[in-house]
Amino acid sequence: MRRFGPLAVALASFALIAALGGTAPNWVVFLTTMAFAKGIVALGLVLLMRGGLVSFGQGLFYCAGAYAAGLAMRWADASDALLLVALGGAVALLLGLAIAPLLAGYRSIFFATLTLALSMIAYGILNKTYSLGGSDGINLRAPSFLFYRAATPDAFGYALFVFTGLVTVAAAVLCRLHFDSMRGLLSLAARDNEIRVEYLGASVRRVSLGNFVAAAGLGGMGGALAALALGHIDPDFAFWTSSGEFVFLAILAGHQSVVAVFLASILLELVRSFSSQYFPNSWQMALGIFLLLVILFLPEGLGSLLRRRNPPPEAASLPVESLK
Amino acid sequence: MGEGAPGQRDARPSPPEQTSRRVELVATIVIDGLIDASWLFIVAVGLTLVFGVLNILNIAHGNLYAIGAYTAASAVGWYYAGSGPPLLGYVVMLGAALLVAVAIGPLLERGILRLFYRRDEIVLVLVTYALFLVLEDATKLIWGANPYYAYEPYGLLGNVKLLGLTYVAYDLLLIALSVVTGGLLWLGLNRTAAGKVVLAVIHDREMSSAMGVNVTRVFVLAFTLGVFLAVLGGAFTAPKISVQPGISITVILLSFAVVVIGGLGSVEGAAIAALLVGLARSAAIHLMPSAELFIVYLVMAGVLALRPEGLFQRAALRKI
Repeated sequence: MRRFGPLAVALASFALIAALGGTAPNWVVFLTTMAFAKGIVALGLVLLMRGGLVSFGQGLFYCAGAYAAGLAMRWADASDALLLVALGGAVALLLGLAIAPLLAGYRSIFFATLTLALSMIAYGILNKTYSLGGSDGINLRAPSFLFYRAATPDAFGYALFVFTGLVTVAAAVLCRLHFDSMRGLLSLAARDNEIRVEYLGASVRRVSLGNFVAAAGLGGMGGALAALALGHIDPDFAFWTSSGEFVFLAILAGHQSVVAVFLASILLELVRSFSSQYFPNSWQMALGIFLLLVILFLPEGLGSLLRRRNPPPEAASLPVESLK
Repeated sequence: MGEGAPGQRDARPSPPEQTSRRVELVATIVIDGLIDASWLFIVAVGLTLVFGVLNILNIAHGNLYAIGAYTAASAVGWYYAGSGPPLLGYVVMLGAALLVAVAIGPLLERGILRLFYRRDEIVLVLVTYALFLVLEDATKLIWGANPYYAYEPYGLLGNVKLLGLTYVAYDLLLIALSVVTGGLLWLGLNRTAAGKVVLAVIHDREMSSAMGVNVTRVFVLAFTLGVFLAVLGGAFTAPKISVQPGISITVILLSFAVVVIGGLGSVEGAAIAALLVGLARSAAIHLMPSAELFIVYLVMAGVLALRPEGLFQRAALRKI
């Protein structure tokens, strides 16, 4: 893959996505749009997890992005999808920047629980803020895409799908480039041993902070896209089960491959929609068993299946465990 | 939530009405908070014990609470359909809790959790999240989606007057139960040989293993004890609430907050934090009902911002 350059890969995968979406039935188009939107949030979480931090409150940014887009549409009559998604990402990014100093000193389970607490506070406040729709949330109109306004629901679904695909590919390529960059590799080093990284002269704090804010921005963009796709926002965006779903996705995908995040997301949406159709009373159980099996048999996530074929030489020759 | 019976106010107003109202309000908040804290402590101390020994933050703990509540509701329904002496109903609830814990605890620990011990603690949280999903549906499959009521034991002890307020005696029994549970747990851990072994494992798993402690056995015992505490909490709150799907989520989020506030793995911390959360919730319910949903997380975020590892943090050994 590396031989063709990321831009070529991006263009090819985008063309493939757009072409496949044109022929697929409506429910597949919607399911994939949602999977991509959630995949973008999970991608942010993967970015964060490469630095050794796991947030159980990514729903906070997902929710912030969704509400930013929704409220801009409602209050400022903004209706351009590009603008709304950019706004969602920017608001979540600023929110991330604002709370990052509070979280900077935390690691492992404490980081996870504090992020969870923050997202649950947002959930509680939104539930009781009736000017923002309270627990019912707000319904959204269909956005336009630059100068294009879809005439039928089907055409809108496809247009949003193509747009989401575009954002997804862009986010994926940027993340891949970042992962392979010096800064991205520093995250992996910090995850292995923070003290060692500090002695080498890099700042773990700055690396983690950067990852956290970037993850927040991605979460906001994913949230805005999901809000546009659903046509509705409510406080459940910040509920701990949606945060749990992102952690689920990130673990399912593993931290090695970017593509795996979106495959995992599509797989999860498929498992969910099929099991809720065929075992309406026990689909959560099916999901739980699926998760247990993945953790048990694929400890490095789906990404390890994609990567095992062609391991990057520098990573293959370094037995990280033995250095600890 | 908020099913804790608010004390019914006395009808006669006393002369300096303003002050007495205020005193009454404070008393109501404190007593309701204590009642809330009591069952919360029983459940949360189980969670903190499991974390201390096994290093697992068990999200499925709330489901164990729910299973306890359902089992107790079924057992109570069965018992009071017969003609046994009414007070023995409490023994039936206790027995049911014990039976369920002994059946489920070792099964979960040996059958599932054991397979993941070598993994990262975040992965273990996710494993218990998977268990949460499985148990949530399993409970629905067994007991259905309709609510269960086990009201008989609740009214059995009559009412008690306290500071001019009338309370259901059962609620005060809950407070006593939590004090006894906490006391026994503290004595068991600090004053018996077996308890000291458990403390040793909490302190340093590898070293205790090197000293000849059978860590596997401690794990099974501690996990089963944790399950028992969750089930016990569920069983004894069952008469107060309608037992229905969804209670597990409320309970795990609350006890999660308690455990984090108190400091993961600390029994004393769980007690103080349960009090703090109980009082905060009861104050919110009486003074500012719209804050009830997030007051707990506000307290949690506040405590964590000041003391990153909870109120009773243990000095962690730095292993390089």
